[in-house]
Order: sequence, then structure tokens, then C-alpha cells
Amino acid sequence: MTTTRTRPNIVGGLGGFLWLIVILVPVYYVVVTSLRSQAGFFDGNPLAPPANPTLDNYKLVLDNDFASYFANSVVVTLATVVVTVAVSLMAAYVVVRRTDRAAAITYKLFLLGLAIPLQAVIIPIYYMITRLRLYDTLLALILPSIAFAIPLTVVILANFLRDVPKELFDAMRVDGAGDWRTLWSLVLPVTKPAVVTVAIYDGLTVWNGFLFPLILTQSPEQRVLPLALWSFQGQFTVNIPAVLAAVVLSTVPVLVLYVLGRRHLASGMTAGFGK
Amino acid sequence: MSTVSERRGPTLLMAVPALVFFTVFALAPLAGVAVLSLMRWDGLGTPSWAGLANWPEVLGDPVTHEAIWLSVKVMILSWVVQTPFALLLGLLTARRGRYREVLGVLYFLPLLLSSAAIAIAFKALLDPNFGMSQALHIAALSQDWLGNPDLVLFVVVFVIAWQFIPFHTLLYQAGARQIPAVLYEAAAIDGAGPLRQFFSITLPQLRYTIITSSTLMLVGSLTYFDIVFVLTGGGPGNATRLLPLDMYLTGFSNNDMGRASTIAVLLVVVGVALSLGLSRLARFDRGSQQEGMG
Repeated sequence: MTTTRTRPNIVGGLGGFLWLIVILVPVYYVVVTSLRSQAGFFDGNPLAPPANPTLDNYKLVLDNDFASYFANSVVVTLATVVVTVAVSLMAAYVVVRRTDRAAAITYKLFLLGLAIPLQAVIIPIYYMITRLRLYDTLLALILPSIAFAIPLTVVILANFLRDVPKELFDAMRVDGAGDWRTLWSLVLPVTKPAVVTVAIYDGLTVWNGFLFPLILTQSPEQRVLPLALWSFQGQFTVNIPAVLAAVVLSTVPVLVLYVLGRRHLASGMTAGFGK
Repeated sequence: MSTVSERRGPTLLMAVPALVFFTVFALAPLAGVAVLSLMRWDGLGTPSWAGLANWPEVLGDPVTHEAIWLSVKVMILSWVVQTPFALLLGLLTARRGRYREVLGVLYFLPLLLSSAAIAIAFKALLDPNFGMSQALHIAALSQDWLGNPDLVLFVVVFVIAWQFIPFHTLLYQAGARQIPAVLYEAAAIDGAGPLRQFFSITLPQLRYTIITSSTLMLVGSLTYFDIVFVLTGGGPGNATRLLPLDMYLTGFSNNDMGRASTIAVLLVVVGVALSLGLSRLARFDRGSQQEGMG
């Protein structure tokens, strides 16, 4: 028994170690370089720790409207997640608790929605957003982001809600609770773990999203973080330490969230496909 | 009594907000891209009818041909690179233990980063003047990774693998945790070694995970855009102009939205065909398995 366990551990351990290096080298390089001065960047060994670590790059990034890009990202992410989770929870309640055809078709529609690639429909979305006079606004990012987050959110919440015993809903009805009270005092509390999971997943997707901001916004006033990283690259050109400092700064809030809600995140990543 | 109220359920109105968002900003654009593929539009003015004129133009364009071919190459290479690593790492992380918890935090780090951040980091790291080639002085590693048209596609495949292996690792991890331990215990009693156990238990037990992961990987590879856009912009020349990038450049750089929409329709059709084909494969597999049991 013990002998059968040893060998895969060596093979796996080696693979795991290799992967660790592959992951850590770029991360280490980014952090170390972001602490270098311009001169230190051109002279020293790129993988050695900086001789004179400095926070100047971070200061430069913060002085270049980083806070405003950050705020835009927070607004877009929060608005998208709150609306998505609210409307998806309502829809999940309907598709799970109703047994008629309308509910079944609704669910099928969302399943189909999982397969729509965002890249392929970006041109009609651009068309609609310009016609609605929403081009270069944060709302232009929020509306389609909600639409594309809904299918997976509904499917995950519905899968979770299906396991809730029917008796709980019956008890609510006996108490005379209407649909909205049932949603608020039964559906929301019992699906809370799934809601947290899916909210983190949706939030991460929107926070890191690049295509919608690239196509649907233009001015620095409406710029969100991933796009800001890209434009810093053009703005700072050879000042790579500053660009990498921006990369670090844009990742910090996500890292904090990750450490706080890691278990939720890991299960949420696969929840939609775990069958 | 209970069946009547059961059928009633909550009011359908509760599904309306989600349906409206989804229909207006996801479903309608899907129809819209088909319509726009039949139009001429420069992105600013009013689209005008073009009939099927875009189609022969797109299908006869050597740049788009090359883009299709590149996308197929990236799709196959990505699958070949990502699947074995994701499978091995999934099995490794499936076992629980204290140090694995810590490793897990690091293993899945790429999941948290935006494509823009990853692409910028690798662009700097792979720079022949300031990146790792200056640090290590190993000839094999001192290449102009992003400037050499013969190398750049492999670099793109590598960076994409760096970004996506963690996600597929999670899928395999979840799959591996569902394999009953009894199977391994029985095999060990029968004297099966680790390799034998891997091929006779682990792989067959994971076949639905493999199909799910492969489907997501293959269909997903049709949508690689942001990372390539920031990393290479399609270059050098057109060496990494994958299909989604070809669509973007045709539409938003050449202001030919009609042709770009035609390429987008192509993307949708290939993606749907792929996922239908793979899900049929899965169903066929499931059917034959039941037959065998009957």
C-alpha cells in the first residue's frame, strides 16, 4: 500500500515543483522589477533582487490617475455583480420552482447563453451602444457585462436551489408568504454560499475584462484598470518598472479577496461545469 | 392540491429582468452579427445592405486563411500542452494536506490575473534586452521570443497555457476527488502498480472530466483575444494574427465591420459545431457504456 503511493508522489511532486517555478518566475520578476529604479533596471541582473529598492514607480503610477481608473473598475464591477446576482437569483427561483414549459424554455435559453462567445458579438454590441448614445460611459460596460454574466450565474444558482427540499417552500406557503417574501427569507439565505461563490467569480471576470472596455470606451475619464495597464504601457514606454508597478497595484485587491475567499473561489470556478 | 400549487410556483415576472438583459445584450447581438455580416458598415455611418458580398471576400482573403490556420494550430497545440499538465496537477492537488494548501494558493495564482497583466508581464520578461535572457545567459533562453516569427506562436501557446492550466487543474482536481478510494485499494490488493492504476482506474474514471475540459479548451481557444492583442498585437507581421484578432483588426482598424462580422459568424459556427461534436462524442460514450452494462 505504502509502496504504491510513493512513485506517483515522486512524478507528481516533480511536476508540481516544475509548475511552481513556472508560476513563480514571472510573478517574482514583476514584483522585483517594479521596485527597481530606471537606472537599476538597465544595469543590473533582471532576476536579482534590486540593489536599491524604491517605491518611486508606485508613486509615478499613483500620480497618473491610477486612483480614478481603480474607482471606475470598482463601480463597474460592483454594479455588474449586484444586478447580475439579484436578477439571476430571481430567475433561478422561477426555473427551479415552476414546472411549466415557459420555465423550462427560459432555463434552456440560459444554457444556450453559456455558449455565446463574447468576442463574436462585440460588433453588434458596439453598434447598439453607439446608437443608445452610451459609447464611452461606464454604463456601456455594465449593461453587456451583466448580460454575459447572467447565464452562468443562473445555472449555478439553479443547480444549487434544486437541492433545497420542497418542504421548505411548502412551509413558506402555509405561512402565507408570497413570492417576494419567499425569495427574501428562504431562497436568498439558503443559497448564500452559492451566491458568494458566483459573485466572486463574476466580479473577477468583470474586474479583469479587457474587450468591452477596449471597444466601448475611449477617454481616460472612463478608463478601467486592465485598459489602464495597456495604456500605461504606451505612455511610459521604456519605463517598464512603472508599468509593472501598475500591474502589481491592479492585482492587490484581487489577491486580498482571494486570500479571504479562496475556498469559495475554487469551488465557484468549476461549479458550472462540474457535472 | 399540492400538484396544483406545485405547478404554479413563483410568478414568471421574476424571470423577466434577467431575460431582458440577456435577450437585449447577448441574444440580440448574436442575431445582429449574422445580419451585419450581410451589410457594409464603416463603424460610424449607417450600415447598408451588401447581401452575400462579404462572404466570398472573407473566404478568399489569404490573411483570413492564414488566421484560420493559425487558430487551428494554436487550438491543437494548446490542447496538447495543457491537458497533461492540468491532469497531473489536478491529481496532485486532489490529495489533501497542509503543504498542499499552501501550494494551492500559488498554483492557482494565474486565475486571478487579468490577461492584460499577464501579457505585459511576459512581454517584459521575454524582452531580449531587459528580460530573463540578460539574467541567465543561457544561449537557448536568449532568444528574441516575441520578435522571431518562427518562435512567437509557441510563446503565445505557452503564455496561454500559463493562464489557463490552473482552471483545468481545478476541473481535474474536482473530478479526481470523486473517484472512490475503494477502486485503488482493490487494485492495490490485486497487485496493480501506480502506472497500471493510472491507466485502468484514473483515466477511465476521469473521462467525462476530460471531455468537459477538452470542450472548454478547444472552444475557448477560438476566443483568445486579449492576451494575444497585448502580447504581440498579431505580429511580428501576421505571425500571431489569430482569428479573433483578425476580426478585431478588420473591423476596428480597417473599419470594415461587415467583413469583421462575417469572420465573427465563422467563429460562432465553428465553436458551436465543435461543442456539439464533442458533446455527441460524450453521449455516444455514455450510450455504449450503458449497452455494455445491459
